[in-house]
Amino acid sequence: MVTLYRFTQRELRLLARQKADWLNPLLFFVIVLSLFPLGVGPEPNLLRIMAPGIVWIAALLSVLLAAERLFKDDYRNGVIEQLVAAQQPLLSFVLAKLITNWLSTGLPLVLLSPLVALLLNIDQASLVAMVFTLLLGTPLLSLLSVMGAALTVSADKGGILLALLILPLYIPLLIFASAAIEAASMALPYHGQLAIMLAMLLCAMALIPLAVISALKLNVS
Amino acid sequence: MRAILTVVDSQRLDIKPQPFHVSTAQPLLEGRELCCIRQDRVLFEQQNLVLRAGELLQVAGKNGAGKSSLLRILAGLAQPDEGAVYYRQQTLAQAGAGYAADLCYIGHQSGIHEQLTALENVSFWRTASGVAAADDFTLLAKLGLAGLEDIPCRMLSAGQQRRVALARLWFVKRQLWILDEPFTALDQGAIAMLQQHFLQHLQSGGAIVLTTHQPLQITYEALTTLELVYRW
Repeated sequence: MVTLYRFTQRELRLLARQKADWLNPLLFFVIVLSLFPLGVGPEPNLLRIMAPGIVWIAALLSVLLAAERLFKDDYRNGVIEQLVAAQQPLLSFVLAKLITNWLSTGLPLVLLSPLVALLLNIDQASLVAMVFTLLLGTPLLSLLSVMGAALTVSADKGGILLALLILPLYIPLLIFASAAIEAASMALPYHGQLAIMLAMLLCAMALIPLAVISALKLNVS
Repeated sequence: MRAILTVVDSQRLDIKPQPFHVSTAQPLLEGRELCCIRQDRVLFEQQNLVLRAGELLQVAGKNGAGKSSLLRILAGLAQPDEGAVYYRQQTLAQAGAGYAADLCYIGHQSGIHEQLTALENVSFWRTASGVAAADDFTLLAKLGLAGLEDIPCRMLSAGQQRRVALARLWFVKRQLWILDEPFTALDQGAIAMLQQHFLQHLQSGGAIVLTTHQPLQITYEALTTLELVYRW
């Protein structure tokens, strides 16, 4: 527990020193969203219909953008290799990466959602649904992207490979999240979609850290 | 005054480490008929080696002779193409976590993050090694890094970065050290200090495998040199 706390502290410190790592994806998210009203025209009804999909696609891409550099430095410096060799607490290391990845890319998206609602003419009921789906969905995005980053850490140009590997895994999340927001906009209940998202999240939380550890071990040997 | 302070500091740091479980009869680490092939080139084959507690094994050889590959195999990071590594009469697969818990491996890359300060890097490895926090300022001062504790490591010279990386050897409680080129970029003073520290580790029952191109300055009693021949 102490180890996890210390490792998380280290990751947060690194994020504070390398602001581009988390600010760029965030700005990307905002810019992509602000391009849509300009591109498809400022027709309020059209934007409202398209909003759930747009928000989620932008979220997927911005999380993906942040994922690539997750393990790069520690891999290049030999930190991961030496942690694996002495079987030092890899699980805490991975969990710390996950937590800080969500804090730096997932949480800001949730906080930005009122601004997004303004840009895309989203009504209040949909906004609440969007916040819920982002709260449940962004941790899952972080989990998947950390897994992708671990798998591609030793690849030279890992960025594209990472996208090809991870984007298909985002599809179920995209479907249920935008369905939930759509249901909310029509004043229908959307508990079912949220429950499925929660189930996916719990499943991923249990299994993905182990997969990440194996992937890191695979990449240093 | 300064001299007195240094003496006190070194006394505080040089607490005799707990002697490790020492059995001279059984080898600690053993490589039996190891073979390593890289890019269709046989680096070494039928390579045997034995390391007992208290012994130092120096792996020598030209660039590309397979020293680092051998060390990675010994550390369990890579699999030999033939043969096996034994730790206390068990293969590494059988020994598993028990082996890893006795091992400190410092590879070619130093394992320090450039954006973090020397202090933060040392405390990261302390946490990772499960060692309680202690006075890192004294340790870093001993390593000649006084006044540089709070500077991101990318600002330090290569030798100073190496010192930060090697600081780990002063607090980890692992019996077996596998060090790939520990003397790279270090100045003569630091090399002498490090070799003195090796001697202490060996005396307390530890064992060391290292690669270096430099002749060792201290005559270790239990020094074995393994010469890897560069082959086509």
